[in-house]
Amino acid sequence: MIAATFRRVLPQLLILGVVLLLNFAVFPGFFHIEVQNGRLFGNLIDVLNRGAPVALLSIGMTLVIATKGIDLSVGAVMAIAGAVAASVVTGGAGWFTALLAALAAGLACGLWNGMLVAFFRVQPIVATLVLMVAGRGVAQLITEGKIMTFLNEGLIHLGAGTVFGIPTPIVIWLAMGALVTLVVRRTALGMLIEAIGINETASRLAGINSRVLLVTVYLTSGFVAALAGVIVAADIKGADANNAGLWMELDAILAVVIGGNSLLGGRFSIVASLLGALIIQSVNSVILLSGMPPEFNLVIKALIIIVILVIQSPIVKQSIYLLRAKASSTVSDMPGPASRPQPAKETRS
Amino acid sequence: MMRSPRLALYITMTTFVLAFLISASQYPSMLSTRVVANLLTDNAFLGLTAVGMTFVILSGGIDLSVGSVIAFSGVFLAVILRDTSMHPLVAFVLLLMVTTAFGAAMGSIIHYLEMPPFIVTLAGMFLMRGLAYVLSTDSVPITHPFYDTIQDVVWKAPGGGRFRLIGGIMILAYIVAMIVLHKTRFGRNVYALGGSAGTARLMGVPIARTTITIYAIGGGLAGLAGIVYSIYTSAGYSLATVGVELDAIAAVVIGGTLLSGGSGYVAGTFFGILIMGLIQTYIVFDGTLSSWWTKIVIGGLLFAFIMLQKALGWATTKGRRPASESATQS
Repeated sequence: MIAATFRRVLPQLLILGVVLLLNFAVFPGFFHIEVQNGRLFGNLIDVLNRGAPVALLSIGMTLVIATKGIDLSVGAVMAIAGAVAASVVTGGAGWFTALLAALAAGLACGLWNGMLVAFFRVQPIVATLVLMVAGRGVAQLITEGKIMTFLNEGLIHLGAGTVFGIPTPIVIWLAMGALVTLVVRRTALGMLIEAIGINETASRLAGINSRVLLVTVYLTSGFVAALAGVIVAADIKGADANNAGLWMELDAILAVVIGGNSLLGGRFSIVASLLGALIIQSVNSVILLSGMPPEFNLVIKALIIIVILVIQSPIVKQSIYLLRAKASSTVSDMPGPASRPQPAKETRS
Repeated sequence: MMRSPRLALYITMTTFVLAFLISASQYPSMLSTRVVANLLTDNAFLGLTAVGMTFVILSGGIDLSVGSVIAFSGVFLAVILRDTSMHPLVAFVLLLMVTTAFGAAMGSIIHYLEMPPFIVTLAGMFLMRGLAYVLSTDSVPITHPFYDTIQDVVWKAPGGGRFRLIGGIMILAYIVAMIVLHKTRFGRNVYALGGSAGTARLMGVPIARTTITIYAIGGGLAGLAGIVYSIYTSAGYSLATVGVELDAIAAVVIGGTLLSGGSGYVAGTFFGILIMGLIQTYIVFDGTLSSWWTKIVIGGLLFAFIMLQKALGWATTKGRRPASESATQS
């Protein structure tokens, strides 16, 4: 099982390794980690810490995409959760109540998306678009249009504090990733989710309760988005309805895609998506540390997506497959994955 | 029974007329040509973007890059007019060639690499926004005299309304788009592709050419919207028009076009734009409502129209299919 997972995430590990080495090349002190004031410090820790929101989002997004869906609303949900947490805590309640309220808000958003997708049969991209457009307005309604600041130590601890010297966000996303991975892989849930993504009608006919599973998947996405929203709000000690989680949904989708998960649903790997999130953060770190103007950040991201698209595209995959099949002379008649016959070509990448 | 796409169009039109009448009954000054003229001028760039988006969505795709393309266009024009002595019209042509080629490139990737339009245009969005940043992170003013000339092209209607050139460009784009979609073979191909790509291929629709042309049109119109936006604001700013793609998609959906493709009218999109503009005008007239209500109302409208389409879809298929099967359609 572990060997199989390792083989699955090998490309992501290699990419991450290369990007980290690039970091090391532009900034020799990159791997240096030290303990100051009982807290781990270092650039590597920073990558893990700053990558927390996208890593959290990518957990939910992986499951949603595995069911052939997509959740565009996670950024807006982050804003709502941050606003709810801030308003509860400024209302005089404790940090735990605030966290629960924020998570409940996230679950409510997930339930809304899930109901639209599973029961009203709205395409996921449209269903979640509604909340993406309206969600930020709702968050602004909660914060009354201003940045709502707070000084509650407990809540701030979630974003800026440490647990045994490790920054809390790292602990949260690692724990959440491990929990969800265990739940979907130690039970049949993961396989059932994949079945929905591959062919929903067939999975339903096979007896899978696809509606409940779909709602659960969107609930998970809302839940982790709320967690990410609380972390971001706690980090800046305030809820910014306009900018919290802005365009995070795109980073999360990107993390899932870099993780080698198909946007067309089916097989997924949460570990690979988490590595994808770390790769994105490491790329950001290279750009920062090398002193390149941050303007290039988006261009580089775009080029990375294009390269990944080319590698993942069915045509290129097929050509590689056919090339390999040709190379191995022992197997002469391979049943190709091709639906239409095509001569073996050079890879176009 | 009336065909459902046309019914959706009528409902959109009725919604707009009703909403306008309700607003006008509260604020009688809304019935002036000034408000109508401003509605067209203020939404010209969004309207142009939405025309391209209608083509893309009718074909079953989506284009997330348009907002970035508009921002890029503005910065591109501003930088060129600042650093060279090129005439704006030449710069316009150059820009339209760049954005059309960009759209065509995205279409090619979508078709030949068989990748989902969503992720390809997402890359395009990052790329164009990034290029805009690379050109300039500051807001660059445009002071060319030609811009003043264009801005002075105004038809003064009785009642004080000023119909500007950019509003006219938008209306012209809608008329041309209607002719192309409904009277040409290419238009038929767009609908066929959105209805079912597999069937369209078997019918002999040139899939590659149609897909690439659709995204080229989307890119070109986004470039045109960028020109209009730069005339509208007399500046180029790389952070401008963030999220316009969502507004455009929302306008198309409110206009009654199915996001799954194959059904809808570009006229509906026009009314979708007008409805969204009307909401903003109403909030300005009201004065006490905050601007974030725009987002909530648009989100609510989006939801209402999606549900309406679902209901119409069920109503029209129920007669033909057994009830149990209509529940499993996706």
